Amino acid sequence: MADVVVQQGRVARTSGTRKRGSLRNALGHKSTVAFFLTLPLILLIVLLVLYPAFYSVYLATLNKAMTKFVGLGNFTFLFKRETFWMVVKQSCIFAITAVVFKALIGFIVAHFVHNIPGKKQRKWRGMLLVPWVIPPAMSTLAWLWLFDPSYSAFNYTLSFFGVGPIPWLGDTFWARFAVILVNVWYGAPFFLIMYLAALKSVPDQLYEAAAIDGANWWQRIWYVTLPMMRNIIAITTLFSLIVTFANFDIVRILTSGGPLDTTHLFATWAFQVGIQSSDIPLGACVSLFMVPILAVAAIFILRDVTKRGNEA
Amino acid sequence: MSTVAIDKAGPSRKVKYGSMSRDRAWALRWSYFFLVLFAIFFLTPPVYMLITSLKSSAEISAATNPWWVFHPTLSNYVELLTSNQFLRFFWNSSIVAIVVVIITMLISIPAAFALARMKFWGSATLATGVFLTYLIPDSLLFIPLFKMLAVIQDLTGITLLNRWYVLLFIYPTLTVPFCTWIMIGYFASIPKELDEAALIDGASWLQTLTRIFIPVALPGLIAATIFAFTVSWAQFLYPLVFTTSVDQLVLPVGITTTLIKGDVFNWGQIMTGALLGAAPPLIIYAFLMDYYIAGLTAGATKG
Repeated sequence: MADVVVQQGRVARTSGTRKRGSLRNALGHKSTVAFFLTLPLILLIVLLVLYPAFYSVYLATLNKAMTKFVGLGNFTFLFKRETFWMVVKQSCIFAITAVVFKALIGFIVAHFVHNIPGKKQRKWRGMLLVPWVIPPAMSTLAWLWLFDPSYSAFNYTLSFFGVGPIPWLGDTFWARFAVILVNVWYGAPFFLIMYLAALKSVPDQLYEAAAIDGANWWQRIWYVTLPMMRNIIAITTLFSLIVTFANFDIVRILTSGGPLDTTHLFATWAFQVGIQSSDIPLGACVSLFMVPILAVAAIFILRDVTKRGNEA
Repeated sequence: MSTVAIDKAGPSRKVKYGSMSRDRAWALRWSYFFLVLFAIFFLTPPVYMLITSLKSSAEISAATNPWWVFHPTLSNYVELLTSNQFLRFFWNSSIVAIVVVIITMLISIPAAFALARMKFWGSATLATGVFLTYLIPDSLLFIPLFKMLAVIQDLTGITLLNRWYVLLFIYPTLTVPFCTWIMIGYFASIPKELDEAALIDGASWLQTLTRIFIPVALPGLIAATIFAFTVSWAQFLYPLVFTTSVDQLVLPVGITTTLIKGDVFNWGQIMTGALLGAAPPLIIYAFLMDYYIAGLTAGATKG
């Protein structure tokens, strides 16, 4: 088979023109072919992502019955509402705290897993990634049951230590703590996997060199591990920031925004306002407030990803 | 300090080696200790699901030790798996997830091929655009999409709201960008000589794709398939907004809305439902863990 190909190639080189013509033909068709191959993708993005995104801006400028253009009326209305500012504050607290703890736990656990030799490492990794695999709506139900006020497994366990029953989801502080805890539980394994992959890519020689220079473990992390992982840490953190900031499932199932709207995030409040109270323009308006933070994070991610692309 | 270390290195090598391995052994012990603690934290909810699912409602309301099953029973499983309503949720979820996977692959494989191999006008911009779309969350688009569907429904008379099949069009917005993105990475890593050889042998672009790119990039394809499936299976916000009738619901929404009746929480059944709903992704994960992880890390670590 290979012989035949080589021979054909030789023949083609001597008699030439027809073969080269068909190649040029293929190249001529290339952009047309490429256009049709990417057409479904372009249609999907334009019709179901870009168009709705701009439609959302348009919707945000209408009155509740969607009959009249009110300009920035919805925005000024939101600015005057106390709940809105509470949602802004809670979204920021939620996203920042959760991402910091996810990153920390992921980083620490990744080191522990990295220490484990060979086959066992695979088992531990497999076990620790389970929270990320379970659909969040399902696992949040388990947390809801763990937090249950009257039959709560947590309060039952705590009672042995003499700690009184904690109103996990009934009190503002504990409810905020609970939604963050569940988010950390769900998201930390993602960081763990990313950091573990990054740790494996750090060459051993660097650590050996550091050890010969007399670096202690802290210096090894600070001067070798962190600089080598910087890019992955940045991308993972920014990506998680977007996902956490836009989180819906956990808060919706755990508290539905309560007590007294203190655990609402942009997504859950937009759902309550836009779908449940059917004030679509105001709901669209609320969700649009996520855009600035998402955009900033997206720009930084894009910069890092293209930088990686150039390095490779 | 450094000179002392060098002096020592020669004669006392054995001692140093021993102390290093002793350090290692201690590090390993501490690692195991903390890993056990973290594993308890990570695995408590799923284990608790399993414990509760094996209890009868009488045992749950008796408020005995919540961490132990005194009278294990499979009645919750039997009840759910014979309930038409629950099977309906399962069926809806399965059909939606499977069809979305197929649609996703049909859109993203050709697109990724074109973006990875055929440099055409705007191809770099489009690749960046695909990545950016992946970063747009569902919670930003559910309100305009809801309104759009309502408007289209009014204009054409086709019922779109409160129908499970509308999810077939919506879910690809979540799966296609990421799948295209990682497939671009896998396709780009295939040596150029391979497809050039095919082109010279007279293969068309389509043949190059089906005969060379898809077989060679099969691991990436599996990773993308797993991703698309798990995302469609787990999606909660879109079905919550777009479907309301009991017979149109998918699993996550069905469990959270129908098993919770008023203020009465039948926790045994809820946990059983949640566990059964978590089972398909968990089973896929158990068997295809390496592909799953490859897909997870490909998004950020690809060149």
